[in-house]
Amino acid sequence: MGDLILTGPALERAKSEIDNALIKAGVHTVLLIDQAGNVVASCGKNSKDMDITALAALAAANFGATSQIAKLIGEDDFSLLFHKGKRDSIHFAKIGKDFILVTIFSDEVSLGLVRLRVAELSNSIQRIFDKGTSI
Amino acid sequence: MALIDLSKREVHCKIVYYGPGRCGKTTNLLYIYNSMNSNAKGKLLTIETKGDRTLFFDLLPLNLGKINGFDIRIQLYTVPGQSIYEATRKLVLKGVDGLVFVADSLRVRRKKNLESLQDLIANLQGYNLDIHSMPLVLQYNKRDLASSPIPTLSIEELEQDLNSKLGVKAFEAAATKGLGVFETLKDISKKTVRYVATKHLLRPEKQMEKAL
Ligand SMILES: Nc1nc2c(ncn2[C@@H]2O[C@H](COP(=O)(O)OP(=O)(O)O)[C@@H](O)[C@H]2O)c(=O)[nH]1
Ligand SMILES: [Mg+2]
Repeated sequence: MGDLILTGPALERAKSEIDNALIKAGVHTVLLIDQAGNVVASCGKNSKDMDITALAALAAANFGATSQIAKLIGEDDFSLLFHKGKRDSIHFAKIGKDFILVTIFSDEVSLGLVRLRVAELSNSIQRIFDKGTSI
Repeated sequence: MALIDLSKREVHCKIVYYGPGRCGKTTNLLYIYNSMNSNAKGKLLTIETKGDRTLFFDLLPLNLGKINGFDIRIQLYTVPGQSIYEATRKLVLKGVDGLVFVADSLRVRRKKNLESLQDLIANLQGYNLDIHSMPLVLQYNKRDLASSPIPTLSIEELEQDLNSKLGVKAFEAAATKGLGVFETLKDISKKTVRYVATKHLLRPEKQMEKAL
């Protein structure tokens, strides 16, 4: 697994894509994290009582655990994960080899919309970082 | 897998404390957490998913100050040593940049130390990482017990068992009292940051001393 090198312009572009696709659609928080559990970018509301570091570490580990489960049942990987809460829900999607996109949204936003937008974002974010990262 | 953010000028590295169950990994993190300035540390998290035992580790984020204009952020992780947590150990090692292998000086744990080191080597291979080419230090913990009636291993025995092939720096420690804890942390942080920085030509050195 290579190291990730992020440049300002690439990060800014990724953030503005996330803003346009998800935050403007009413999603309240989006985190782009890497598979080691580092926060690459955070967008939207970051309420003080939300511990982003912990969330990123757990999300990465959770995703790792789920891909092990996938292998056990003969799948390559589950490309997305979704947990529904009473008020807020959380959606995890793998982006390329290196990233996981964590989307937190309330029940006013439909899961269908989130899935659609995340799928579109997946391509654009990969394109941005294909150029922006080196190994 | 370090994360280097050129826009915020931050370097994020992941250091994992590995070793058999009950050797003192969490005690190391607790001591570091309790002795560091609050602006240099984040929350100490003990992550324990109840019921299903898939995820279980400690995490302490540290801010080690600036090196050549780069903010150095380190995440310290521990792995659970018990064999049932095999899957978690593998997950926590994902993207590791530096390693501390904590060995237990208790004589009854001799075999557990060896097994844990073998387990580490195998898990690293799973990520195509070679223990010999990674930043690594050993810590021989619970040295305070050497002067007690409890049977312990001598430093020579620990070196022979664990370090004869690796030949890395080893620190004697008594983590409950804090002895050797910061020496270990300083050395592995330096090695890890240097490793990441030279790989990416960020020209590190000096300065980190201040934060620790
Ligand atoms: N005597 C002594 N006990 C220690 C030392 N370090 C840890 N312990 C004790 O060993 C037990 C296990 O420590 P812990 O940090 O939870 O181990 P972990 O499983 O590696 O995280 C605890 O009861 C600690 O108080 C040490 O340096 N000396
Ligand atoms: Mg522990």
